[in-house]
Amino acid sequence: MPRVRVAVEETGDDGAMMAARARLLEGFVGRTEIADATSLALQWLGEVLGVSQSICLARPDAEPTLFVVGSYGLAGGAVASYTVSLEDWSNPLVTAFNNRKEIFFPSPHSSADRKRRPTTPFEDAPFQAVPLGVSGFTDELLGILLVGGTAPIGSDLHWFTNVFGQKLDQIIRQQALTEGDRKHGRERSLLYSIINAVTDPILLTDTEGRLLIANARALTLFTASEEESEGRRGAVRMNNMLLSSALSSKAIEETGATRRELLLVNPVDGSDLVFELLSAVTEDPRQGSGVVSILRNVTDLRRASEEIEENYRKMRIAEVQSRAESDRLNLIIDSVADPIVVTDAGGATSLMNEPAEKMFTIPAEASEIEQRWVQANDAHFSSFIAGMLVSADQRRVGEIGLCDPRTGEPMPVEAIAGKILSEHGELTAVVTILHDRREAIEKARLYEQLKQASDELERKIQAATADIAQQNELLRRQAIELEQASALKSQFLANMSHEFRTPLNAMLGYTSMLLQGVAGTLDPPVKRQLGRIESNGRHLLTIINEILDISRIEAGRMPLQLSTFKIPELIGEVKAELEPIIMRSKLSVTIDVPNNLKGLTSDRQKVKQILLNLLSNALKFTHHGVVTIAARTNPKERTVALSVTDTGIGIASADQEHIFEDFRQLDNSPTRAYGGTGLGLSICRRLAHMLDGEISVYSIVGKGSMFTLTLPTRSRR
Amino acid sequence: MTAKPQQSDRPRVLVVDDYPDAREMYSEYLRFSGFDVVEATNGMEALERAVDAAPDIILMDLSLPVMDGWEATRRLKADARTASIPVVALTGHALAGISEGAKKAGCDAFVTKPCLPEDLVKEIRKILDRSPSSTPRKLRRSGKYAKS
Repeated sequence: MPRVRVAVEETGDDGAMMAARARLLEGFVGRTEIADATSLALQWLGEVLGVSQSICLARPDAEPTLFVVGSYGLAGGAVASYTVSLEDWSNPLVTAFNNRKEIFFPSPHSSADRKRRPTTPFEDAPFQAVPLGVSGFTDELLGILLVGGTAPIGSDLHWFTNVFGQKLDQIIRQQALTEGDRKHGRERSLLYSIINAVTDPILLTDTEGRLLIANARALTLFTASEEESEGRRGAVRMNNMLLSSALSSKAIEETGATRRELLLVNPVDGSDLVFELLSAVTEDPRQGSGVVSILRNVTDLRRASEEIEENYRKMRIAEVQSRAESDRLNLIIDSVADPIVVTDAGGATSLMNEPAEKMFTIPAEASEIEQRWVQANDAHFSSFIAGMLVSADQRRVGEIGLCDPRTGEPMPVEAIAGKILSEHGELTAVVTILHDRREAIEKARLYEQLKQASDELERKIQAATADIAQQNELLRRQAIELEQASALKSQFLANMSHEFRTPLNAMLGYTSMLLQGVAGTLDPPVKRQLGRIESNGRHLLTIINEILDISRIEAGRMPLQLSTFKIPELIGEVKAELEPIIMRSKLSVTIDVPNNLKGLTSDRQKVKQILLNLLSNALKFTHHGVVTIAARTNPKERTVALSVTDTGIGIASADQEHIFEDFRQLDNSPTRAYGGTGLGLSICRRLAHMLDGEISVYSIVGKGSMFTLTLPTRSRR
Repeated sequence: MTAKPQQSDRPRVLVVDDYPDAREMYSEYLRFSGFDVVEATNGMEALERAVDAAPDIILMDLSLPVMDGWEATRRLKADARTASIPVVALTGHALAGISEGAKKAGCDAFVTKPCLPEDLVKEIRKILDRSPSSTPRKLRRSGKYAKS
């Protein structure tokens, strides 16, 4: 039991005082609380030294304020709230405290006195302030004791303050000590709970790798009791080995790294766990050096990191693809000859292809007028887009009057704009394609011209067609009329020829009879004159017959009678029939026919008529020389050519075609040298045509003529 | 121009023509040429003459009054008494179709006017020479160019 040192400064005190002092000292024993000790002390002060009122103020550690720790003989309310700020230098109590001086404050006699007094629960009552401290031990004061009353500070009070100060110091020191111990324990348990709360395993190992401290997470990895399964214990052993090798100072020194990857086995399920090992060497002078290790589970982290890497790679690929796509799109958009403009919802241009740039961006070295053209284009386009943005239409087609940015000539374009909406239906962009209409307009103009020309042409054609139709109708009517006229003519001629024949029949008949001497013998002059009558009558008959032939042919009333006959025989007959004329003409008529001549299928009578005509003509127009009748076949053409050649007067080439026309004789004068109707060759040509043949003439004036009748060897009719 | 039709041994020709100049010309020349001639001026008369004169041949103009030559020929050919008598059609109409019509009606030959008397006689002799109804004897007896 520690003995309180008691200073006895005054001798001669009675035994009562000594007993009171002893009682106080005994009262202090076992008191550990300041308030408890103070209460006892102030009570003793009142009872033993007669201090009816007292207050004890103490200063807690490092606080610049003095608080009441105990009082005696004063009303509780005024005391409880009383404090003294040590920073208040004007307070005489603070001066007393700092100077360690006892000060007496008598009752004030004036307001000035009152101002010099500090405010205390003693109010105007006189009191003394006595600093409390422990001399010789520490400079720090523990507090201040305010003692009411006017009694002078005696030796007893000094003793008291000394003893009380020591007790307070003791209690404060004791309190500080226990406080420190408790704090230490609290901090330790907090530290442990923190360590255990960390999900990462934390370990403290000694230099041999033995576990000193491990948190809960580390324990599951590195410790296993005997009751655990063999697999679990094996996993734990394996983990300890892995950890030891990782933590060996050699490994640390070699790698020089405090961060390493550590692969462990999860004892619970045997799966691989990847940790990042952070280790640091700690030096403890009492317990030797150890290694603190923190294992950070990066299994998930690594997986996450791999995923991130994969995603990043995918993103890169996607980016490359999207860039390629975008490049391709740009290439496509740029290759479109029409300007394309993409406008955002605010009306600002977000994309243009090359043709659009030419339209709407001012080139580097543009003249003022060129700039104006581009600006005008831009303004027109902007107003179109503005209209599009405010309208509800999804699509809009319109025409904008732009101008060519290089030449300034008007350039009407057709603008086709479409809105691009997000999946929420919000307008994100407007795509506009502009199509130069100039070519189309030009084409339309040309087409219109062409159409007009075509219409004009059609009108003309229609008019012409109508005209032709009218003409045709007219011609048709004329043809009918002509046909009728021709038929009438033919009929008339047929009738006339009949009427001619009847009298001519009698005339020729009687003349012939007279010449035959039916009426008796005639004198030579009469006979000659009758001969003239007869020859003229015969001529007249020939004319009538020829006219009749023409009219028959024209009326289509001369049917063909086909037969196959021999040409030499026919030629013989023709020559024989004209024998009297040949005799008179003294011309030689030769026949030139090849031996192998085949039969001719045609109308014998008509062929004969033609040959008769040709031969009689030859005889008529030839005065001397030879007339040759020839026949030649052309097997290739399947034709036969029958020709009559003379050495007569010939026909000028200009006249050669006319000789086949009706009523034509080259000499049309009334005094012409040669008789004949002029119908002979015309009839011959008509007959030849009827037989699918042709008559041609080859002649030289003064040398002679050759008439050739060409007939098919077999007439088709 | 009287004739003794029944008793003559010369071939008898019936000349039918309404035009006197032609009819008489042919008759005169036929007689001159040694034929016995009977005349008729229309078809009806021709039928009577053909029956009662019994000619060896009939020279028939087709355009006739009262009864035309075609009709007369048809009736002659339809009558057993006259069917065998050759009929020579004679016409100024030379248009095609006329001769066909005549042949159809029963004409044995067709001669177009104008026809010289001597040509007509040639034609008649040709027909009589081949006709079974007339005898060559008669022709020979008729004699060429005998004087009337």
